[in-house]
Amino acid sequence: MTARQGFHGFRRRDGRIGTRNHLLVVPTVICASVVAERVAAAVPPVGVALPHLAGCGQLGPDMRVTHDTLAAYCAHPNVGAVIVVALGCEQVVAQTLADVATRHHKPVEIVAIQTEGGTVKATAKASRIAEAFAGMLAADEREWCDISELVLSLKCGGSDYTSGLASNPALGRVTDRLVELGGSAVLGEIAEIMGAEHVLASRAHDPATATRLLQVITRVETEARALGLDIRGTQPSPGNIRGGLTTIEEKSLGATHKGGERAPLADVIGYAAPIRRAGLTVMDTPGLDVESVTGMVGGGAQVVVFTTGLGTPTGNPIAPVIKITGNSRTARQMADNIDLDVSGVINDTETLDDAGARLLDEVLDVASGRQTAAERLGHREFAIHRRNPTI
Amino acid sequence: MKAALVISTRDNVATALQPLVPGQRIDINGSVVVVAEPIARGHKIALCPIPTGEPVIKYGSAIGSASADIAAGAHVHTHNVASSRGRGDLDAPVGSEARLAEPSDDGSVRGAENGSAGAPTSISSESTS
Repeated sequence: MTARQGFHGFRRRDGRIGTRNHLLVVPTVICASVVAERVAAAVPPVGVALPHLAGCGQLGPDMRVTHDTLAAYCAHPNVGAVIVVALGCEQVVAQTLADVATRHHKPVEIVAIQTEGGTVKATAKASRIAEAFAGMLAADEREWCDISELVLSLKCGGSDYTSGLASNPALGRVTDRLVELGGSAVLGEIAEIMGAEHVLASRAHDPATATRLLQVITRVETEARALGLDIRGTQPSPGNIRGGLTTIEEKSLGATHKGGERAPLADVIGYAAPIRRAGLTVMDTPGLDVESVTGMVGGGAQVVVFTTGLGTPTGNPIAPVIKITGNSRTARQMADNIDLDVSGVINDTETLDDAGARLLDEVLDVASGRQTAAERLGHREFAIHRRNPTI
Repeated sequence: MKAALVISTRDNVATALQPLVPGQRIDINGSVVVVAEPIARGHKIALCPIPTGEPVIKYGSAIGSASADIAAGAHVHTHNVASSRGRGDLDAPVGSEARLAEPSDDGSVRGAENGSAGAPTSISSESTS
């Protein structure tokens, strides 16, 4: 497909490879989100915040997911330094997040709003720290890294009939090639594997992994059943149905093409959990785009490839999100959101192999620092999955 | 551009790549399907009659079952296809319908020589109109 087998990345002191070098400003709790956003905005474009709606009033499992997701971003190789903005009385413990950053050899400071004496003083103090950290990060240089260091997040959203015919199988070509070369890919959205699980289970590297995949699928179906609901209300979405997709099975069979045709299913893991094995990993994420991308990046993906039929702007605070479409009309109408147009596969002017080769080149260019449309437009959506009510 | 695309030889539907009009003749692997009703781009056309309860096959796998008798050339969508998955409203055993909906090898589903849910590597349909 391509002679290039690597990219220029940031080699971290913990051994991981980053494709970006962000200063991450993490609010422990929703109450600290505005201060965190102001601090990040003081050092553009390196500063990014993780504004979120949680961090307090959560029950055990949700509290753990919130904490683990924030911790995963503090440890992420696309992050070069961390500022934790705390309120002071919340559930999420700022020091615990800071300790994670320290374990990964990243410079980190905590600023607590109650300790500093309010929004103005906390923002001023954290902004001074942010300027110092940004200066340190500016000295970091990229170096050549093997493609096997790459962890690619596979995502689709706003799917239409072109997704299953062009953009998803083109991405599948990239997945197969990346995994052949020792790299990793992660597929989320369990509800969009439903109906296609037999395809992935047959590629599981051992029976236990196949069983875990089927267990996760069964859990999602059981949850829908326990609510007495018909999952068809949201899957496929109304836009999917207008675009010609009839059932969740049809959507899933098209969607799982993102995972390639040969790549072995290496692992099935929980939301935002670390991606442990080379090959294809399935992560237990919901189908909601932002929650899904948030989880897969938390797992360690340094680049996201997001296929779309109808077009969608979603990005991520720390990982570049590449948008690819097989719909020529979307490529024109939403040109500012789209990075790669593979509608030639539908129009019979480009083969899937050629489209996959172009996409792999794009992935390696973006991994080496080229900005994506979502980055240029400032799309930094972030949402932590939650299952239970706030108490 | 082709009029419609068939992905797997097991499929009993094709995807319209352009709007299809009634009476239009489409060549699918050497056999002709006559379009029965207007079908929008991206929507599906039945390649053969699909009786109520029979699986609708795309990507070589069941995408649901016919909720009404579907004639060859008819529009195949939510009005005549029922999903078998995630149906809490039916409270059926989880997963059982999907397994039942898998195509059998008894010849009830067109040509089963390609057993995998393959990507659309071969384009086998062209407009003859």
